Amino acid sequence: MDGKGILKGLGVTAKRFWNTYWEDITWFFSGKKRYFNEDGVKARASKDTKGIFTVQYPEEKLIIPEEFRYVPFLVYDEADGKKEIRCTSCGICAKVCPPQCIWIVRTNDPVTGRPVPQPAEFYIDADICMNCGFCAEYCPFDAIKMDHDFEIASYNRNVFNLDKLMKPASYYESIRPLNATRENEARKAKEAAKAAKAEAA
Amino acid sequence: MATPTTTATLDLAARFPGAVSADARPGYKGWIVEKDKLIEVATAIRDEFGYDHLTAVTGVDYLPEGKMEVVYHAFKTTGGPVLTFKVQVPRVDPVEVPSVTSIWPGAEFQEREAWDLLGVKFTNHPDLRRILLWEGFEGHPLRKDWKEAFYEEDAKPFKSRWPEGKHVMAEEKNPFKDNINFPKDFDPEQWVPEGEAALYGALARYQVQEGSLKTDHIVINMGPQHPSTHGVFRAAVTVDGETVVSLKPVMGYLHRNHDKIGERNTFLQNMPFTDRLDYFNSMSNNFGYAVAVEKLMNIQVAERAEYIRVIMAELSRIQNHLVFIGMLGNDLGMMYTPALYAFEERELILDIFEAVSGSRMMCNYYRFGGVVRDLPEGVLEKIKGLVFERLPVKADELDRMLTENEVFVARMKGVKVIDAENAIRYSITGPVLRAAGVPYDIRRADPYSIYDRFDFDIPTRPNGDLMDNYLLRLDEIRQSLRILQQAVKQIPEGPVMTGKPQYQVRVPAGESYGRVESPKGELAFYVVSNGKPNPFRYHVRPPSFVNITALEKMCVGTKIADFIAILGVIDIVLGELDR
Repeated sequence: MDGKGILKGLGVTAKRFWNTYWEDITWFFSGKKRYFNEDGVKARASKDTKGIFTVQYPEEKLIIPEEFRYVPFLVYDEADGKKEIRCTSCGICAKVCPPQCIWIVRTNDPVTGRPVPQPAEFYIDADICMNCGFCAEYCPFDAIKMDHDFEIASYNRNVFNLDKLMKPASYYESIRPLNATRENEARKAKEAAKAAKAEAA
Repeated sequence: MATPTTTATLDLAARFPGAVSADARPGYKGWIVEKDKLIEVATAIRDEFGYDHLTAVTGVDYLPEGKMEVVYHAFKTTGGPVLTFKVQVPRVDPVEVPSVTSIWPGAEFQEREAWDLLGVKFTNHPDLRRILLWEGFEGHPLRKDWKEAFYEEDAKPFKSRWPEGKHVMAEEKNPFKDNINFPKDFDPEQWVPEGEAALYGALARYQVQEGSLKTDHIVINMGPQHPSTHGVFRAAVTVDGETVVSLKPVMGYLHRNHDKIGERNTFLQNMPFTDRLDYFNSMSNNFGYAVAVEKLMNIQVAERAEYIRVIMAELSRIQNHLVFIGMLGNDLGMMYTPALYAFEERELILDIFEAVSGSRMMCNYYRFGGVVRDLPEGVLEKIKGLVFERLPVKADELDRMLTENEVFVARMKGVKVIDAENAIRYSITGPVLRAAGVPYDIRRADPYSIYDRFDFDIPTRPNGDLMDNYLLRLDEIRQSLRILQQAVKQIPEGPVMTGKPQYQVRVPAGESYGRVESPKGELAFYVVSNGKPNPFRYHVRPPSFVNITALEKMCVGTKIADFIAILGVIDIVLGELDR
């Protein structure tokens, strides 16, 4: 009981205290900005981070990794100014959804009564959605994807309809560039194979 | 610890002719014991065959067969496979089964849970009250003929969602606009709970009058809103001065009947729900469930995926133990400095989880046969940087800061949590058991995944006091780092999934008990399939819940302030405890 242990422990705290200022000083003299810019946030999230660790949301935001998932959206392609939704209303996402928060109304052709591969209505109850990402994972048409926009707090129930859910393919490519490229290539390869098959036949 | 020696297969049917028969249903294993002979057989299982650790007790409602079954899973603390035995009784109330608490006291809470959720009455149980649900609750929800307030269909996917889905809000469907059903002629305003009297009655049984001086015992309700209880946990404590005389934990404030939700879900849909059990360690929870279902499906996991799984599970263990140490500091009054230092490292680990799975805490990363996706670019380098450079240094820093601190040591040393013998009797698993000196870790005792390929030790500590519990966590962080360092070096290239990803997995009929060493103890999933897309029975054996069985045993005789510290070292998480 001679207080050595306490002093040793305080040494750790003192070093931390010193680091908070030392880091700021070194950043200042190297001419870089440590706060309110992307490099600073990146450095604070790296394995070598020292000193002040907090990210001052909402002025600063953590860098979102590509795989980050939040409430899903529906991807549409833009062709000649028209929105072509990728969804075929096959219903796999509604079936796989663990909390069953996806509600789809299939379009039927008014003349023949046969189903048309396009949703008439599409609801996602975002308050029930558990952000598991199954819908995006098992969608065979790359039509439903998980979003990066996590700032959707509101005073009301969040029930997203088709208008709210539709987002362009360019947006999807901007948030998930690697995934989008991979999927586009796979789709192109598939189409090419199909075309080759059709030609052969 | 040495690899367990294999003993000759024990034949209970030959030992107890007429009382025990082998379970012959396809896909099932174990023994069916006659109800009247249960105590005799169970005593023999413990004393003759050496199964000293009754790990899990649960029930299954076989409504089509008109049977109620109670399932026991017993293990040896020296290691080895499971011994499953069951009791089947007709499904006519009262469903009565003798309690095994006289043989394994650790069964107490699990039997209470089976009574609460399935309505199996355990005769000779010391304190058979509802445990997770409130006293006014009508029925036993895990029975197959019980329906919840928002009942739609027996199994997901619900037919209304597609192709004619018209969105309805759940609360519109219930006359109370709330997730609740009341019995007929029940008025919640007029209702007087009987449970409180029963609770305090249960406490009072332990009161003793000593000597000629008459003092009053005081009942203190710790929680449910108490910062030291790690969530909505309540303990009714009787104190004599400052000494705890008796204690009863009250839980269930966060209860959502995870088991029933699991029976409605398809096998795959359960995966994200397991994240919500122990929300600090969603990777470990995923692991346990994947192991259980893969056992039933009888599939091999892709080689690279095995390594990724181990890496994630061990990172999760490190992060859990860091938070444990930090939060223990908070419980003892070292407000926030150690906690925030620990959280800094945790953040870096969560960054990795987010990069691979898309979510920091609700990872939902494991699938049957592998994992969702390969490690994205740069993540392996990040993990290497952490496990080779940063985390070893930071573990040492935490060690330097706390371990020798005289105030900390004076507070922690000598405050007994539990000794080895009682820890085994009370079915305790995980760090609390090892801190009491029992080298029992499922990663060695009954290896799963690829843990048999790594070189690591199972740390134990001899005294079983608070200090040992803290030191053991530090040891485990270092051992986990050892596993990680080997795993990131050895990880092979290749696919991360056997077969194609499927959203409807085919699971053959049968039962399986999959268990993993989660950071808090043994996390096990008991899954029964009848060949349909949804599990027939889905039961979680959460380590926090079973470890808390011995809480009274641990706390009686200590000071009320030690109760906080003891609850802190058991490391409960309410998401898992209340399910």
